[in-house]
Amino acid sequence: MNWEFMGRYLPLYGEAALLTVRLGAEGIAGATLLGLVCAMIQYYKVPVLRSVVTGYIELSRNTPLLVQLFFIYYGLPKIGIPTNAAVCGAAGLMFLGGSYMCEAFRSGLEAVDPMQTECACALGLSRGQIMRHVVLPQAFTVSMPPFMANVIFLLKETSVFSAISLMDLMFTAKDLIGLYYKTTESLFLLVVFYLLILLPVSLLGAALERRLRHAGFGT
Amino acid sequence: MGVRDVTQPILTVEHLTKRFGEQTILDDLSLTVREGEVIVIVGPSGCGKSTLLRCINALEEIQGGEVRLRGELVSPGSKNLPALRQKIGMVFQSYDLFPHMTVLENILLSPTVVQKRPRDEVKAEAMALLARVGLAEKAEQYPRQLSGGQKQRVAIVRALCVHPEVLLFDEVTAALDPEMVREVLEVILDLSDQGRTMLIVTHEMQFARAVADRVLFLENGRFLEDSPPEVFFDAPRTERARRYLQTFSFERKRNHTKNENEHSERSTS
Repeated sequence: MNWEFMGRYLPLYGEAALLTVRLGAEGIAGATLLGLVCAMIQYYKVPVLRSVVTGYIELSRNTPLLVQLFFIYYGLPKIGIPTNAAVCGAAGLMFLGGSYMCEAFRSGLEAVDPMQTECACALGLSRGQIMRHVVLPQAFTVSMPPFMANVIFLLKETSVFSAISLMDLMFTAKDLIGLYYKTTESLFLLVVFYLLILLPVSLLGAALERRLRHAGFGT
Repeated sequence: MGVRDVTQPILTVEHLTKRFGEQTILDDLSLTVREGEVIVIVGPSGCGKSTLLRCINALEEIQGGEVRLRGELVSPGSKNLPALRQKIGMVFQSYDLFPHMTVLENILLSPTVVQKRPRDEVKAEAMALLARVGLAEKAEQYPRQLSGGQKQRVAIVRALCVHPEVLLFDEVTAALDPEMVREVLEVILDLSDQGRTMLIVTHEMQFARAVADRVLFLENGRFLEDSPPEVFFDAPRTERARRYLQTFSFERKRNHTKNENEHSERSTS
């Protein structure tokens, strides 16, 4: 191990890690929003849109992120839409994550006893009020474990961003290996930085789940 | 609006027909509920009792007829349905308290969020009602910490706090242990003493007799009887109702004859 080399390129990894975290956070936030909207469409069985959502989910889950990114990054300019690598990365992650998040939220929504909704109806709550005060709080508890699993999965998926020339962690490591042949050092730093990003998220998720389980409510 | 006829109809059901697919559950039913009246609906399982209550609250689509609350149409298509439902309180067999809220939050939800009444005022009312059903000290607990009977009493208080004009009880004791049945039924008896208008579906015949002003016997989607409780329980007009009531008195009759035998044996010896 060449510690001097690693010390020299540490700042480069730091910058790359920031990019990974930033694009990951943007993509995951977008995926969460998209997933929530899709889950609502499925929950309320909105005609037409429901089929669109089903099609989207199958397309998104059954194609690799790498292929999705290529389509967005190289495909969109061909039909006249200018692209930018960072936006494409976040958008690709959102496109992939939306379907996974949708499934996580849908399972939570479906786990809420339909009688809860009927009872809330009988109390005079409107559809929106029922969703906000009765269904969503209960659904989130159920959705939390798959949601956290998705967050971790999506953060790791950012490693294919290097394919559309985004200077993320993976790109930096491959670049340094290509330039200096310091494979061990470069990969070691890569692992360390991914762990630095993912371990806290993982621990946070475990703590959240523990709290939810502790507060878990049986009827 | 000083003088109001106390026997004015509050709820009318006219020619209500409800079908599930090919099967007719409620067949051209009509019913008038007057202010202060307590109507008990009895009948064999699957006769449509619960479905009737659900139709009154527009929880079910209906295929014919109409339900009106003080003249206003109650149907799944009514624009002001949430407002109408606030006037029709309903308590379900499975209590359906919201598990993520405390007892008090359960009760306050509709009055504060939907009706936008001042929280302090509703809270005072909720606490008074909880005290009345003997659950004041449970206000800050979660539903999972309560027994079935306690949950059902909370569900009743929750319905009352919305200030309904008529209350629907759908087999509210059917899921309870025998000892808990009484504590819930006593709350309902208390409500009838207060002059509440109520429609009650139950299998508790002794209770039905005590609480009812009218007993309706429902079978195959039709009312076969509509009688005062004395008439219905002591001298039912239809053979079908008589047979139905026998299903409840069967055991008592056997004990009765057994006691008689014992008695005669003792007296002869």
